[in-house]
Formats: sequence, C-alpha cells, structure tokens
Amino acid sequence: MYLVVSIAILITMALALVRALLGPSVYDRMLAVNMFGTKTVLLLSVIAFLYGRPDFLDLALAYALINFVGVLAVLEFFQSRSIRRAADRVDGG
Amino acid sequence: MQSAVDVLSWILLAAGGAFVFVGGLGALRLPDFYTRMHAASLTDGMGTILILVGIMLQAGWSLAAIKLIAILVCLLLTSPTASYALANAALLSGVEPGNSRAGKAEN
Repeated sequence: MYLVVSIAILITMALALVRALLGPSVYDRMLAVNMFGTKTVLLLSVIAFLYGRPDFLDLALAYALINFVGVLAVLEFFQSRSIRRAADRVDGG
Repeated sequence: MQSAVDVLSWILLAAGGAFVFVGGLGALRLPDFYTRMHAASLTDGMGTILILVGIMLQAGWSLAAIKLIAILVCLLLTSPTASYALANAALLSGVEPGNSRAGKAEN
C-alpha cells in the first residue's frame, strides 16, 4: 500500500515539474515548486514507513520548514521586483 | 481489532493518494492560474491530512506518531499560508482571474 501511495506521489511530482517547466507566468512556476515541496515531505514520510526507517521523518520535518521559508523568500523577491518595476514605469513615463 | 485499523489506514492512504494525484492533474490541466492554485492548494491540505493520518494509524503510539503529528501541524500551518502569499503576490502583480487566453498573450 505504501508503494502505491508513493508511486501516486511521484507521478504528481512529475506533473508538478511539467507545470513548472511550462510556466507560463512566474507564479505558475512558484505554485508548482510549492506543490513539489509539499509532495516531497509526504513522499519522505511514506518512504520512512515503506523501508521501515522512521529516521526519515526528521528529514521530512526539516524539509517542511525549509520549503515554507524558501517559497516565501522567493515570493517576496518577485513581489518587490514587480513593485519596483511599476514604480520605475511611473517615474519614467 | 488490528486488522480493522489496518483496513482503515489503507483506505485513508488510498484516498490520500487519489487526492494528491487529482491535485497534480488539476495543476497541470486547468486553464487559468487561479484555478490551478485552487486545485493545488486544496488537495495539498486534504491529501496531507489523509496520508499522514493513514501512516499514523500504522505507526501506533510511538515517537514516529509524535513526529508525524509535528509534520502534520507544520504543513497545515505553512501550506495555506504559502498559498495565500502566492495568490496575493499574483493578484498584486496584475495576474487577472479568468480569461486565460488574454493572460497567455500577456505573459
């Protein structure tokens, strides 16, 4: 059963990667990356029990925290960049 | 008793896998950014709950279950927050809801 769930999660991660490659906007890519990170945490938890090694749960917990901070940091970067661009446009025009 | 718990956790795991898969399909196939976000964020929450509770039933009362609860709480706090921040950033930067063809031409 763990194997079926982990294969489903792996297929979903592949679909998210395809969405990240297709775009079209930067927010679609961020959505795909965020989804990929959450699915990575789930996959790590399932694999921990698939192979009977509960140590993997620590990795999953650390990855959940890092993924959240990473997504927020990249979002903040793009948001401030687009605001700066809009301000430049107003100043220039 | 043990087999009942097993069956329940298998049902939860299968439902979680199905939710996760449908979410991936929606994020790939839906036409608009906000519809994709809807598919991805909602199934993120539901799939996470189902899969982690399913594993938790298999783990029983142990340290692994406590770690799984920590992961679940962490994901349930961060995943909607990240989704909200993403939608907010997209809306502020001028991604229009609906009319996917115009959005594609713009980007």
